[in-house]
Amino acid sequence: MTNEADSSALHKIDLMIMGAGPAGARAALRAKASGLRVVLVDENNDAGGQVWRPLPDGFSRLSGVASSAEARDGDALRLELRKAGVVCLFGHKVWNIGSDLRTDVISPEGSVSWLPSALLVATGTTERVIPFTGWTAPGVMGLAAATILLKSQNMLPGRSTLVAGNGPLLLAVANGILKAGGQVAAVIDLASRTDWMLTLPALKARPDLLWQGLRWQANLRLAGVPVLYRHGIDSVVSTPQGFDAHVKPVDSSGAPLSGAARVFSVDCVTVGHGLVPGTDVTRLLRARHRYAAESGGWIAESDEMGRTSVKGLYVAGDGAGVAGAAAAGAHGELAALACANDLGRISTEHYSRERTALLSQRRKPALFGRAMAGLMALREGAVAAIKPETIVCRCEDVTRAEIDAAVHEGARDLNQLKAWTRCGMGPCQGRTCSDVAGALLAIHVGSREDVGCFTGRAPLRPVSLAEVAGQYTYADIPIPKAAPL
Amino acid sequence: MTASAKALESGKDYDTLVIGGGVMGCSTALHLARAGMQVALVDRGALCREASGVNAGTLTLHMTRASLVPYAMRAWQMWMDAENWLGMDVLAKQAPGLTLAFTQDECELLTLRANARREQGAPIEIISPERARQIEPGLHPGLLMAGYCEIDGYASAYLTGRAMTHALRNAGVDIFENSAVESIDSGDCGHIANFDGKQAPLRGRRIVLAGGVWIENMLAMLGVQIPIKVLINQLIITERIRPVMRSVLSVANGLLSLKQFANGTVLIGGGWQGDGNRDQGGIESRPQNLVGNMRLAAYAVPALAEARVARVWLGLEAETADAMPIIGDVPGVANAYVVGSAHSGYTSGPFMGRIMAQHILCQPTDLPIFNPARLLGMPMPVA
Repeated sequence: MTNEADSSALHKIDLMIMGAGPAGARAALRAKASGLRVVLVDENNDAGGQVWRPLPDGFSRLSGVASSAEARDGDALRLELRKAGVVCLFGHKVWNIGSDLRTDVISPEGSVSWLPSALLVATGTTERVIPFTGWTAPGVMGLAAATILLKSQNMLPGRSTLVAGNGPLLLAVANGILKAGGQVAAVIDLASRTDWMLTLPALKARPDLLWQGLRWQANLRLAGVPVLYRHGIDSVVSTPQGFDAHVKPVDSSGAPLSGAARVFSVDCVTVGHGLVPGTDVTRLLRARHRYAAESGGWIAESDEMGRTSVKGLYVAGDGAGVAGAAAAGAHGELAALACANDLGRISTEHYSRERTALLSQRRKPALFGRAMAGLMALREGAVAAIKPETIVCRCEDVTRAEIDAAVHEGARDLNQLKAWTRCGMGPCQGRTCSDVAGALLAIHVGSREDVGCFTGRAPLRPVSLAEVAGQYTYADIPIPKAAPL
Repeated sequence: MTASAKALESGKDYDTLVIGGGVMGCSTALHLARAGMQVALVDRGALCREASGVNAGTLTLHMTRASLVPYAMRAWQMWMDAENWLGMDVLAKQAPGLTLAFTQDECELLTLRANARREQGAPIEIISPERARQIEPGLHPGLLMAGYCEIDGYASAYLTGRAMTHALRNAGVDIFENSAVESIDSGDCGHIANFDGKQAPLRGRRIVLAGGVWIENMLAMLGVQIPIKVLINQLIITERIRPVMRSVLSVANGLLSLKQFANGTVLIGGGWQGDGNRDQGGIESRPQNLVGNMRLAAYAVPALAEARVARVWLGLEAETADAMPIIGDVPGVANAYVVGSAHSGYTSGPFMGRIMAQHILCQPTDLPIFNPARLLGMPMPVA
């Protein structure tokens, strides 16, 4: 890549794919096979995304130790990408995209611009945490963060861990901890047993995953881990040994019910309340969005092929609406197929034949994934119950009370709230707080549509001035002509 | 009877309708209400969410047009006193202002421009690089000369809407946000602003157009053609970093504004252009101008190279054909006024609103207003 990475040139390609998880990687393979000049970019050091996390640089798997199915699937995908000769920019972050889809990438050589005819966004999701007292304390982390520690770093998140929130990640993380030799103090699930039972018809679509879920539940019983359905964390209080986590029963909306709290003394709390599609890129490019609670929140409007309202811009995978990793691969391939078709690179017959095949391939896993997404959907009662002094925006330490005060003074939409309180102005630019802040505002204003979402802006990831400015002298600065005197 | 007339039957009769809720419209409305008028303030979005809320918040004389220096100095004091007259501050803070020259050409330009502003009353002096570094130790060693002004500083522009809302509500101004005016009917008994959608028409004895770059469209509703140029200014904010500077910095030709806020974030602006237009607003930044602006900032204060950019955005600035504000009577339309389109309009905005209100109230204005009629038929200079 070195000789291609001349920072002065604009690299013209057919398709840029952002995100090398299941959707992006499969899309890259499909695009390559369709004859497209494709580049796959990811800020991680290899493909796999969150579900098939690559090992960190310098790590290797021990020989003679059985690897997990996920590790095997991930390794197979990485090998497939290499064999196919897909151009991959790993360890690169995309920091800006123009309306002509010009993609600015920070590479070891500085900022390099690519000019693709089409852009596929497969950047997955961000984990939602509904704030509670103590959620920002060190040692309280997301289920996704615990997953990274377990899958990628082979580390336990704590010696004794409370696993809380809602959705299938609860089971996955609790089992991961047990398998790695850790202790799970309890699993605290906002959902009821009935909520899980109602997903059964959809789970039948994927007997393998259903079987895995049942096995996970059996493991928990075997290890004597209590599972508290319809419960949520009320507060986490630091103690000399770690934390006292206070857990209370909740109603179907996630709102706490009266009654005494159960207290678990642990040294780690891992908690997640579902996944929110990452819409940073589609908002930056002003694609049309809609609020879809069952898909995780705001998503770019798209057809079944991933075409958005912006010409040349495609979305696939959970970032287009949560439907699970198993469905993401086919979704990515569908989007790549649409690109190849829209760029006139494949025949109509090929397009419709492959389209039918892929749509049918995606149907069952998507059914399963959407059932899981339903379990992970935002529980509004839990949001309404956030206490006044609890921090909502952790970058800027904005509390629920400050948000309510701004509403009382007249703030009516999310961007206005941001200007009035700094909620969402920090380094994460609202990735962490926007869903909950939007839900809080909607309690007073009406719908999530009325509240809107944060305006998307560059940079997509923080970049240093040095990274963008590169090497230069004063004469290299193209200072425009003077303003009127 | 027309639909809008019917809707008006039960409606309130305002002394003045102010269309456009930026800093000039808000200040005008506030001063009129405090003088006893019934005022309605209307904006198609939220108050102070366009230029008035997204500008760099620089309260400087270094970048103000020379003949506007007296206006800017009065407005500067109003910003510093915001808590007194708005009841809520916008984190306005006095800081030393420096203009930097790194080449011989820039030294000449700096001297010329500093002298012109000094003639208008700005206390700007030319100082040596050594003295500049006493004021701002982090400056680039290649500095040749600096302009120094004690009266300088900055506000957090994003707080303007909250402070104005607070003050306007207390003054009894009726605020209509998210209400886009579609047309204006003007007659002997006043003006009727018509809206698209749910908002019923509003009637006022007088009307004030305070729409920033959209003044051109508003004037057209009254049948008056005055072209307004649209500048698309890029702004860059960093994450919080350690204290690296304490002054407000600019360069000789005005194409940099740089300051570090109390919370540690550094705002980089100066009017480097992005892409956009009146209809769509700011669309996107221009990569070469982003790079240029960041280079200039990190050149001026080398420690900034380590700072990470959190956000880049765009704000619209208006300019008339003679680059002077437009404050006064709408030509040929009775009881209609226009205020806005000033260079560095945020700095001078509160004062411009005040003199607009004084003019409407038939009071002597603190400083002369800027008759809009002068711009009729004046061609926009080609950039």
